[in-house]
Amino acid sequence: MTDHNLLADGAPVSRPVRQRSFDVAYWWDRVGILVVLAALVALMAVIAPNFATVDNLFNIARSISINAILAAGLTFVILTSGIDLSVGSIVAVSGVVGVMTALAGVPSPLAVLLAVLAGAVAGLVNGLLTAFLSLAAFIVTLGTMTFLRGLAYTLTEGRPIVSNQLNFRDIGNGYIAGIPAPVVVMVIVYIASWFILERTRYGRHVYAVGGNAEAARLAGINVRLVTTSVYVLAGACAGLAGVIFAARVVSAQPTAGTGYELDAIAAVVLGGTSLAGGRGRIYGTLVGSIILGVLTTGLILMNVQFFTQLLIKGVVIVLAVAIDSLKRHPIRLTHRPSS
Amino acid sequence: MTACLLRLEGVTKQFGATLALDDVQFDLRSGEVHALMGENGAGKSTLMKILAGNIRRDAGRILLDGEEIEIRSPGDAVAHGIAIIHQELNTVPTMTVAENLALGREPRTRYGVLDRRAMVASARAKLARIGAEIDPRRELGELSVGMQQLVEIARAVSENARILVLDEPTAALSRAESLHLYDVIAEMRARGVGLVYISHRMEEVWQLADRITVFRDGAFVGTRDKDVIGPSDVVRMMVGRSLDALYRHDEHVIGDAVLEVSELTDGAGVGPVSFRVRAGEVVCLAGLIGAGRTEVARMIFGADKPRGGSVRVNRTVMRPSSPRDGVAAGIAMVPESRKEQALFLDHTVEENVSISALGDHAVGGVLKRREIRAAVKDQLHTLRLRLDALHLPVRALSGGNQQKATLARWLMRDCQVLILDEPTRGVDIGAKSEIYDIVNKLAAAGKAILVVSSDLPEAIGISDRILVMRAGRIVRELDSRHATDEDVMFHATGTAAHNQEMNHD
Repeated sequence: MTDHNLLADGAPVSRPVRQRSFDVAYWWDRVGILVVLAALVALMAVIAPNFATVDNLFNIARSISINAILAAGLTFVILTSGIDLSVGSIVAVSGVVGVMTALAGVPSPLAVLLAVLAGAVAGLVNGLLTAFLSLAAFIVTLGTMTFLRGLAYTLTEGRPIVSNQLNFRDIGNGYIAGIPAPVVVMVIVYIASWFILERTRYGRHVYAVGGNAEAARLAGINVRLVTTSVYVLAGACAGLAGVIFAARVVSAQPTAGTGYELDAIAAVVLGGTSLAGGRGRIYGTLVGSIILGVLTTGLILMNVQFFTQLLIKGVVIVLAVAIDSLKRHPIRLTHRPSS
Repeated sequence: MTACLLRLEGVTKQFGATLALDDVQFDLRSGEVHALMGENGAGKSTLMKILAGNIRRDAGRILLDGEEIEIRSPGDAVAHGIAIIHQELNTVPTMTVAENLALGREPRTRYGVLDRRAMVASARAKLARIGAEIDPRRELGELSVGMQQLVEIARAVSENARILVLDEPTAALSRAESLHLYDVIAEMRARGVGLVYISHRMEEVWQLADRITVFRDGAFVGTRDKDVIGPSDVVRMMVGRSLDALYRHDEHVIGDAVLEVSELTDGAGVGPVSFRVRAGEVVCLAGLIGAGRTEVARMIFGADKPRGGSVRVNRTVMRPSSPRDGVAAGIAMVPESRKEQALFLDHTVEENVSISALGDHAVGGVLKRREIRAAVKDQLHTLRLRLDALHLPVRALSGGNQQKATLARWLMRDCQVLILDEPTRGVDIGAKSEIYDIVNKLAAAGKAILVVSSDLPEAIGISDRILVMRAGRIVRELDSRHATDEDVMFHATGTAAHNQEMNHD
């Protein structure tokens, strides 16, 4: 392959098509984020006490699973150049649905299914409003975010519903073959997402709609259907995350998931997916989630104050996006790329 | 002769694999109108963007009054007295004319508050200098394009521009507005401003220009005084070879009607139109911009919903209401503007080419990737696109290759009807002749082909029949073997308009 040869030499490229900066971008695109993660892990292993222990690594994996599952769903939405601010509120609503149905005597698999379904239905509403009424996704999901939070409070009458008899608690706290159950769920979600995006026709259509919606339409793609479906997927993922959250705290919390949408968006963007749509990879999102998780846990282990943690996280997010932008426009002399 | 105001020497600019400007020269004297001509993709706009400071040259020198200058940003261009009037205007439509004219240097009262009265007064003075009668308090977006253009010229003049570059300024203007613009140009010329006039309209160039420079495929062909040459010389310089060799069209066996359009209308001034395209036939929709050609093409494909009429493909009636209907019926459309409507610029060539044919290469929605790659390679091979382009973002290709990639997308499917809307716009001569070749081969293979083209020699050169549209209707059908440019224009403009043009010459 030409690409590999060009990079192996590291020499100025003779072919005019690939410029030097282009090859850097090519590799950064594929492994850059992993380099960042490796560096971060190495740093933490050295300076944070007890970081590199199996227990701690499982802890990190468990703690990131909710955000990572949310981010997986959001990746679909953001790839179509959409946005979903309501996933945090969906976490609360689906948790409430799961706990309330379980307490009403519904068997646990069905309760979990109903909770995920509740998330999917909320996503369907987001999708239909965005795709068929051509409303801005930001505004639609800002509205549903508020509405669904209100719904969670209304259903619980503003109080947590705590139950020690919660029949699906194992999905949050149990182990499968020695691995925490939420981590297993997360891995399954990511394998499925990867398969859908990389190996199916539908996945190509998701990228196409985000890359250029009008071109996608004229290429014969059902843009509205694709747009609607990504919000359903994001909603279902949020529903699943809500179940895990409820299981971990063994209760339905109306405040569950507050602000989670922003962490999830941060993970997606950190993973290299463009907010403009059409460009990004699901594995990047996973690595992005892990980076955020490692950072948080590492800082806690180092006894860094919560306030300071926020400062550092904020800087890391902006830095990551800046690097992403720089790699695409290595030198920006002009205001707009001339075409 | 007046002094040389601006001189460009050896200017070169490369975009990806395309050499947009190759060692070109150009000079401008004060008090002259210097027309810059060339086909699409000749490098005119690139040169203009370099002058405007939007892009930077890779090599060469720019001399102003004999001194070398650098234009690093649009601000530099303004500082050097260079103003560009674009096709797409550089103004803020939601602000008033006065606000636009004062943009960036708003007058303030001594309390630091915006001085509206002074702003309006100075706007009046600026507009008066170019003889434009426009109320400065009106919102710019409410004005006609011609008036907006005058506002921009007024701004340029007020910034003491010594060099004014006009890019196709009359493309969207009415006859009366154009005449007014000519007056403004004459006045600025008399005042010693150097004007670069980019236009495709020969008649206009002949009326305005002192000298004419022609670019072709990014290279400088020559500069001539208008008095010593004729329009046909300029055409020869622009095309660089005889037109007969460029167009390829053989007579094919014509079969049954594949595409039948009857009484198709958008209910808003386009249609009803009825026509048929038979297997092996190339039919061209000709006419002026705004005659409804693109609208008809888009309705057939389902890109826009028709309000009435029907489309039949191989005798099966379809009701096109979305492009999916068109695709399902075996219709393919290469739209007017490939970057906005056809391509996913950041996606690879493979992804761009395969996107509409994925269903043919998937089991239960799961892609057969090896098969897809092989099919895409086949297409690239037939269209003589480099195979190693497979993994490049389509953005990196030249206009001609991008267009071939768009064609490849539809050739990957087995379509019966191909609609090509301005298939060679912004495509270099080499790729143009290859595209004509492909169209010819597709016709030979029995496809029904409908081409929308504003390029008259092209329309005549590659088709069997020409349907001339005017004001939303098909007004005339011509046999391409006998039709001339004049015949087409005669019907496209209507007789009265035609006579007027004649008198003008």
